[in-house]
Amino acid sequence: MFGDYEAQRHWQEITINLPIKQWYFNGSDNNLQYWGLDYPPLTAYHSLLCAYVAKFINPDWIALHTSRGYESQAHKLFMRATVLIADLLIYIPAVVLYCCCLKEISTKKKIANALCILLYPGLILIDYGHFQYNSVSLGFALWGVLGVSYDWDLLGSLAFCLAINYKQMELYHSLPFFCFLLGKCFKKGLKGKGFVLLIKLACTVVASFILCWLPFFTEREQTLQVLRRLFPVDRGLFEDKVANIWCTFSVFLKIRDILPHHIQIMISFCFTFLSLLPTCIKLTLHPSPKGFKFTLVSCALSFFLFSFQVHEKSILLVSLPVCLVLREIPFMSTWFLLVSTFSMLPLLLKDELLMPSVVTVMAFFIACATSFSIFEKTSEEELQLKSFSISVRKYFPCFTFFPRIIRHLFLISVMTMVLLTLMTVTLDPPQKLPDLFSVLVCFVSCLNFLFFLVYFNIIIMWDSKNGRNQKKIN
Amino acid sequence: MAALGVATGGGDWFSALALGVTLLKCLLIPTYHSTDFEVHRNWLAITHSLPISQWYYEATSEWTLDYPPFFAWFEYALSHVAKYFDQEMLNVRNLNYSSSRTLLFQRFSVIFTDTLFVYAVHECCKCIDGKKAGRELTEKPKFILSVLLLWNFGLLIVDHIHFQYNGFLSGLMLLSIARLFQKRHKEGAFLFAVLLHFKHIYLYVAPAYGVYLLRSYCFTANKPDGSIRWNSFSFLRLISLGLIVFLVSALSLGPFLALNQLPQVFSRLFPFKRGLCHAYWAPNFWALYSALDKVLSIIGLELKFLDPSKIPKASMTSGLVQQFQHTVLPSVTPLATLICTLIAILGPEAFSDV
Repeated sequence: MFGDYEAQRHWQEITINLPIKQWYFNGSDNNLQYWGLDYPPLTAYHSLLCAYVAKFINPDWIALHTSRGYESQAHKLFMRATVLIADLLIYIPAVVLYCCCLKEISTKKKIANALCILLYPGLILIDYGHFQYNSVSLGFALWGVLGVSYDWDLLGSLAFCLAINYKQMELYHSLPFFCFLLGKCFKKGLKGKGFVLLIKLACTVVASFILCWLPFFTEREQTLQVLRRLFPVDRGLFEDKVANIWCTFSVFLKIRDILPHHIQIMISFCFTFLSLLPTCIKLTLHPSPKGFKFTLVSCALSFFLFSFQVHEKSILLVSLPVCLVLREIPFMSTWFLLVSTFSMLPLLLKDELLMPSVVTVMAFFIACATSFSIFEKTSEEELQLKSFSISVRKYFPCFTFFPRIIRHLFLISVMTMVLLTLMTVTLDPPQKLPDLFSVLVCFVSCLNFLFFLVYFNIIIMWDSKNGRNQKKIN
Repeated sequence: MAALGVATGGGDWFSALALGVTLLKCLLIPTYHSTDFEVHRNWLAITHSLPISQWYYEATSEWTLDYPPFFAWFEYALSHVAKYFDQEMLNVRNLNYSSSRTLLFQRFSVIFTDTLFVYAVHECCKCIDGKKAGRELTEKPKFILSVLLLWNFGLLIVDHIHFQYNGFLSGLMLLSIARLFQKRHKEGAFLFAVLLHFKHIYLYVAPAYGVYLLRSYCFTANKPDGSIRWNSFSFLRLISLGLIVFLVSALSLGPFLALNQLPQVFSRLFPFKRGLCHAYWAPNFWALYSALDKVLSIIGLELKFLDPSKIPKASMTSGLVQQFQHTVLPSVTPLATLICTLIAILGPEAFSDV
């Protein structure tokens, strides 16, 4: 039944041939069962733009009904080019600007940093191999991060609203943005400038949403239908094999079948919010750009692990903030980014992307290892675990082997990933357990992600005034 | 862990460059490949399935063996690895056979043989003195040379997309040049002789090699001002060079001399029946010559100086490989091209100091 490539082509067909009112509705011309639109309006407008270009080049590509399953060399080139153009216009400039604005490092290191971020295998493989437009939403989110970190709050929130209106999964990042901006308002004083900022931000957000959803606000039914398409709560706790808690847990206990639907939603909601509450509260009370980036990681990871109807591609939402902290914790970030690409292995193998995956992962690893000398940066201080280990040593005075433990864990993790990859590629799974390797991949990835969740929470919560005082002394 | 750290974090830029370009070559595996892919598959089949006496006579496929014997032996060696990938590609009758395993094997053979090229670049870098350069890595001559050679995009496109083995052959040439720089003249001469018997197109640079070796190796001493000291000529050295070339040629052409096939081999190696310009024109003087001839013939037809019925039908621009005659300007014979080439090479040398 084809895949995301056909879905995107179909959306171009729908948006250019049908009036806006029919885009999200089931109808004789628009069969929602066949790749119906399930992203917010900005994706639809982007598809419309691409469709106009397609119409100019060859109308056969987007002819209503007759172009289903259309595949030709020229069309493939066109579709791949649209991804590249979107990348060049939105994501890559954001990454380059981010690296240029990094302080206290030489130009050569800035370039190396940008190279490593751009070489992240997961995004390249999903966008250019599987075929998606994640670089647009991630690019907008990155522009949002840039704006908000450098005190261009209104523009930052506008960019982030565009990101949310492009792909609703960006809501994973929304809490840290909210808490950071709220914290900024509090700091400025809620009775004066803070309040003004708060009002301005609220207006920006509301205005951008209205602008994107304007055609769909005319009728209540339109808005509701779009929301129904964006958040399919009927679908269940998880679909397919994904490296989050629920899928891993269901290996032992089939909660999907035992618990009723609304209980599942409640449990997932509770777990998600409980796990991200500490870091968000800390961010509201002590807003800082560094804390903001780390909170983005931990929030997105909490959502990925505990939330409802998560897809394996959502790990990209965690990978983007991790790329941003490559400079600060090179060793752990590189490790995480390798695991995140590995967690998508079943999907990549289905798309026959084994060779590109291996090549891009190796290229990324070599780039990071040579640019950041990651194996030399595993001391306590460089892992940002200094404050935490001081607290631990209050109770266990002889505990000094964090770096050694972490290095060993890294070795075990990498060896397991390589072994599983080899097994999945060369061996056939046993008859009784046809999904054995996918489940094993999800299980191993989930364990790794849980470890990272704990790690990132620790370094956020223990990044107290001690750290800032030490910097001032130095 | 420490070793990995040293290898990757120690700033070993050469390994990073070599590894990086190898990864890029792996990504180029599924790209377009030209008829040269079928050419090399055919040669694998010929050398594997047929006895030596048939190698230069086999003509089931239009892509007959037209490289010197060492390349044929190279294909023979490769074919023994190929049989583990896909036995079918070694069948001479399987024209245009390109299963995924065949593709994988062929592409990997190019990537693997490029190891010689990487080694040769490494040796060339050793010959460069970069003491005067700045401390910045990107300013060091060794780094710049490595990047220009290892990441040469023309070579990447021709070798890993179009499909040829130029990386391996260029590696041999660079290695022989490096040996000459390192004053290991006999090794350099040996490597160049071997290279000539891999791909005879390197005859283009043979005069340069010949003159250089004559001047630097056979004349053992210089006058104080650097010019040649004629009485320091060493016959022994000249003979040793000659012996090296002779032995290599004997190893290569010997079997075919014994089988009395030398004329056939030469006719395959130097196909003068193919005409002055190839199907795709190389940007050289004869292309200009042919173009000028074409323009003049069109003008002549327009101004009624030429008789249309007397113009030969064969057109140089049809993309076909065949012999033809020029219409306005005099036709060019192979001997004429040789004389022009020699004048072009020797002319400047005649005016320079020896």
